Amino acid sequence: MKTANEIAQKLKETYSSYILDISAQRERRVWVEVDPKYFRESFESFVLKEGFSILSTISGLDLKDKFQVIYHMSSEDGVVLSIKVNAERENPSVPTITDLFPAAELSERELEDLLGINVTGLIQGRRYPLPDNWPKGQYPLRKDWNISMLDKKTEKETDGGKNE
Amino acid sequence: MSKKVVIPIGPQHPALKEPASFDVTLKGERVADILVKVGYNHRGIEKACEERTFLQSVYLVERVCGICSHSHSTCFIQAIEELANLKIPPRAAYIRSLIGELERIHSHLLWLGVAAHEIGFDTLLMYSWRDREIVMDLLALLTGNRVNYAVNVIGGVRKDVSEEEKDQILKAVDILEERTKYYVQVATEEVTLIERLSKVGYISHEDALKYGAVGPTGRASGIKRDIRKDDPYAAYGEVDFEVITDDHCDVYGRAVVRVKELMQSYSIIRQLLKKLPQGPLSVVAPRLIPAGEAVSRYEAPRGEDIHFVKSNGTDKPERVKLRAPTLANVQSVAKMLEDGYLADVPIVIAAIDPCFSCTDRMIVAVNNVSTAKEDRMDWKTLREFSIDWYKKNRGVDFTKLKKLDK
Repeated sequence: MKTANEIAQKLKETYSSYILDISAQRERRVWVEVDPKYFRESFESFVLKEGFSILSTISGLDLKDKFQVIYHMSSEDGVVLSIKVNAERENPSVPTITDLFPAAELSERELEDLLGINVTGLIQGRRYPLPDNWPKGQYPLRKDWNISMLDKKTEKETDGGKNE
Repeated sequence: MSKKVVIPIGPQHPALKEPASFDVTLKGERVADILVKVGYNHRGIEKACEERTFLQSVYLVERVCGICSHSHSTCFIQAIEELANLKIPPRAAYIRSLIGELERIHSHLLWLGVAAHEIGFDTLLMYSWRDREIVMDLLALLTGNRVNYAVNVIGGVRKDVSEEEKDQILKAVDILEERTKYYVQVATEEVTLIERLSKVGYISHEDALKYGAVGPTGRASGIKRDIRKDDPYAAYGEVDFEVITDDHCDVYGRAVVRVKELMQSYSIIRQLLKKLPQGPLSVVAPRLIPAGEAVSRYEAPRGEDIHFVKSNGTDKPERVKLRAPTLANVQSVAKMLEDGYLADVPIVIAAIDPCFSCTDRMIVAVNNVSTAKEDRMDWKTLREFSIDWYKKNRGVDFTKLKKLDK
């Protein structure tokens, strides 16, 4: 089993043109930030060639001036590679990875629902996890969102069956 | 050619223990297509964590789930400890693992009962839930609570295990092991059970890998992954146990894996108690957590639980992301149900041991916050409201109850 440092070193040498930043945080934890332009290429290489073939989850972050999506991948020997990719503030978007990992669908819908990050190539489907009548343009995990911004009109239409 | 019929199962359905919606398209008796919708239990926990301190968030995260509460709190605390560069004392690590295994035992016994109930084997439900009381009592003895044990604090654990408690655990484990041997016998020899569960909810090894099945669901399709082995945390690096896998790939396989995992848990508990090191229970944790990011993984009873925590150097987390094992297994369920019988739908769904509360995390009454005051009712008003509501909307008259109340 390779140590986190060895893995980071190897990835840095092999994929230097894709990688913006890489670090080995501790045993079994490697963080890498890739250039959004080469996201698909680098992601596919890490998954298909470097053995990070298990998708644990996808985290979306609001960094105020931009968005960040982190793909937490792991290998069979327990090393977690977290691949970071940034998306711009206006019309943020990332490509889908559901062609490689069908199970990423729910995580990608979460990015769309909670942060308003558009996932290009994601097939049409039921939204997750917000209710179907959640107002448009309200993304609760964005830092500038708070409960008072919930559209009152929509809220009234769906007040939990109180006026049934 | 038979006509296609769509049957909505859920969001509220007697066969489901929690809200989730499965729109089943039937061709005759068989499932032709299935559309899964989850999210009914979304409660916005991640957002709520950002508005609370790390310590408050620990209690909140513990309440993501009622069954695997220790899994979530340990997973979350491990991430905080990594950020704060805290090394917990060995005794604390052992106690965390101990509670974790007791939790796995209670969860697997709970599952065994639920699964038995779904196939009409209620005797087994009564047996396994009776035995589950033993481990619930143990958890109450060790932590003071049957659920939400809150044994973790940032930097260690809050409660020690005394010598007398050790004896009681060992005695209880002996009884449970004896009972579990019987369940292993039932699972491997009882013809009705084998016939009922075999080839039901089949998912091949390749498909299980493709759809990212985790925990016992994945292990029953031959995926040899267990975070306790692959990415050891707490005291798991120091105990010896076997990762149980099975190649039946069906509900029967999932039952066998869980029952055999119980036997492993008893062995782990004995080893933990035997080696339990002396020493302090916790180290002092800072109030402000240094800026950084951490990923923490935990093998919950249902599979891999992963938490991502980002800190900005204050006492509140910048971002908390939780992924419970059921979310990883939900997509496998759709695959398992394909081409199966409608009557098998409840047991196949139950076989992944779903926990939609974990999956969806939480929304703290978002709809009501702006009008919180006027929406608050005392007990009397609430009862009157419900009596009126039923009279008006359902034509049921509960007025007699109203009088009884006075």
